[in-house]
Amino acid sequence: MLEFGDDPEVFRSNVSTWIEDNCAEALRVIPRDMREICWGGKRFAFSSDAQRDWMQAAAAHGLTAPRWPVDYGGAGLTRTQEKIWREELARLNAPTPLESFGLWMLGPALLAFGTHEQKLHYLPQITRGEIRWCQGYSEPGAGSDLASVQTRAEDKGDHWLVNGSKIWTSYADQADWIFALVRTDREAPKHRGISFLLIDMDSPGVTTRPIRLISGASPFCETFFDNVIVPKQDPAGLSRIVGEENRGWDVAKHLLTHEREMIGSGAQGLLGTRSLATFLADLDPEILQDPVLRARAVALEVDSLATEMTLERYKDMAKQGGVGHASAMLKYAGTELNKRRYELLMSATGSDGLDWDGPHGALASEWLRTKANSIEGGTSEVMLDILAKRVLELPSQ
Amino acid sequence: MTLSLVPTEDEILLRDAARSFLAEASPVSSLRSNRDSGKPYDTGFYREMAQLGWTGVLLPEEAGGADMGHRAAGILAEEMGEVLAASPFLSTAVIAATALRQAGSDRLADIAEGRVTYALAIDERSKFSPEGSALEAVRQGNTYRLSGRKCFVAEGSSADRLLVLARTSGAAGEAQGLTLFDIDAARAGLARQRRNTVDSRDHATLIFDQVEATGGEILGEIDNGLATLHTALNAGQAGMAAELLGLTSGAFAMTAGYLRERRQFGRTIGSFQALQHRAAHLWTQIEITASAVANAGRVLDTSPGAADLAVSVAKAHATQTAQLAVREGVQMHGGIGMTDEFDMGFYMKRARVGAEWLGDYGYHAARVAAARGI
Repeated sequence: MLEFGDDPEVFRSNVSTWIEDNCAEALRVIPRDMREICWGGKRFAFSSDAQRDWMQAAAAHGLTAPRWPVDYGGAGLTRTQEKIWREELARLNAPTPLESFGLWMLGPALLAFGTHEQKLHYLPQITRGEIRWCQGYSEPGAGSDLASVQTRAEDKGDHWLVNGSKIWTSYADQADWIFALVRTDREAPKHRGISFLLIDMDSPGVTTRPIRLISGASPFCETFFDNVIVPKQDPAGLSRIVGEENRGWDVAKHLLTHEREMIGSGAQGLLGTRSLATFLADLDPEILQDPVLRARAVALEVDSLATEMTLERYKDMAKQGGVGHASAMLKYAGTELNKRRYELLMSATGSDGLDWDGPHGALASEWLRTKANSIEGGTSEVMLDILAKRVLELPSQ
Repeated sequence: MTLSLVPTEDEILLRDAARSFLAEASPVSSLRSNRDSGKPYDTGFYREMAQLGWTGVLLPEEAGGADMGHRAAGILAEEMGEVLAASPFLSTAVIAATALRQAGSDRLADIAEGRVTYALAIDERSKFSPEGSALEAVRQGNTYRLSGRKCFVAEGSSADRLLVLARTSGAAGEAQGLTLFDIDAARAGLARQRRNTVDSRDHATLIFDQVEATGGEILGEIDNGLATLHTALNAGQAGMAAELLGLTSGAFAMTAGYLRERRQFGRTIGSFQALQHRAAHLWTQIEITASAVANAGRVLDTSPGAADLAVSVAKAHATQTAQLAVREGVQMHGGIGMTDEFDMGFYMKRARVGAEWLGDYGYHAARVAAARGI
């Protein structure tokens, strides 16, 4: 880890210099093409040498996972330091050096439930961008009712034999490994027979099929497991199960809260760090003369600003001991807001926004993509159920 | 300066103390009995608030204040909103205290000690528009003669003193040319008519007929009254947003309680998903409003000169959420929600008045749009 200094202002100034020294000018452009995201992994084709160099420079100092412990490949930054790091990235228009489900989801789950040895093995592979993970949660028959997963892992002594299929496995066709919810006890109540299993996508019997979506893109796949052998222990003696056998639901729920926060805090896509006003100002100025459109834009801005404050407040609350089930609120509010934002952008761009690749780039595709925000990671309706039952404690009958 | 949006230990203590005091001293039943007897508020209750130091929450220690800041004032307003406590707190201890403190008035101790109450006479038409003020203050030597009409003056019939925004030059619609006077409410030529507003609180129409004021009664600079009022208005708007947040929580607590106990079709109505989702959506909105309100207080405490955006986001959002909470409150209570005997109606009526006072949703949303360049 680089020594950037303890004093926040010294830290800020050193971080800023370091970013300028290590992130090539060519990468620091806004708005960024969504295809420029650095995902890492064995199959990943970097868009440029600069993109690879930036990821590697950051990884060498743990800055791909700023908050993770240094021993596990992170930078061990405090929350305040991480905030400064993100602020300086944004100020300098520098992209996040690495994005991945390993960083967002598996990592936090391993940190909470993994053994020290599992963490030592898997986490640095993630922070260095060497292994790209995907998530095997939903199944054709287990969507909102996730705990009904039927993909089986049979105990065959020294290995698990996995059969079944997963759906909506994001980027499974480009992933190296999958973390999957599998049923290891068919007799137990549904929440008690699930294990959280790590599977090499190169294992014989694993196949993927991309699903073409309404947005034209295929970020999601179906993933099939046909007599896939997963050793109980790998050569290094590490268990392929995270947490206890048959207690994978605990890991799954923990991970889901991270996923929901991530989706709720909403990548703003095309808007990037640009404000709504800047986006609208670049359009035909007469658009805001439409009183109805203008009223929608203004109301959206009020709600966006208030929601931003809510994200900040909940982060502050999390620091002081967690927010529990209330995080479902952030997912619900954030995703519904993002859908509204894109409906407004589509109205504002009018017929110019209707091409797959028109004057507003991938706007139409992003607009369609946002429709999944309130479905993936738990639907808005599931979030409202959680809030009603767990937070408001409304009765079940 | 970064300051957490989570309350400090002191703020938690203040909230707890306020809650238990208000539950005793000013439950919703006291608003009901004041309404039935025609009283605007309980003067005894206000004196008790003064003894607790609340009337000096925004005043310096030299003047007998506690100087706890706008976030603390917001917490008090929120707790008052929760039980619909009626008092001149916002007009006096928040708005007048801020304006008088900024102008260096020597009347701060009167406010801190609860000896004097204030009303802000600013509106002249049915919508909030300070620069639209036309009430004239004509200079004659060292005195001024105020003539005109002010409406929707909160605490207007009961206040001891008035802050009056009057035009000393320019024309209605201009931000310049307005002057803020701090005068005795019992002055000759001033007629005060209490209105019969739905919230049973004190709102008055004031008719000024050659009411005399001296140059010494001007707060801040002549012709620059809006500058004197700027932070005070933001403080009042943030205070009203906080009161609306409290009102919303109060109404929601009643509604959630009813959902948990009322049985129909052989089951508790709170078990119906149609109602659960509406309740959860409302709770989400309340959490978002709470964040905007906390932020408004934070910005007023740290950069009071740049608080327009934060305050307007809070007032606009609080207004919407309060309307939703009382509409859902009445609907989910069914028939009982329509009865005067039940308290929900009081919440609905105060929410309607609070939505209008010091700028409605449209006013504040427009201010957000201006600040954000939309």
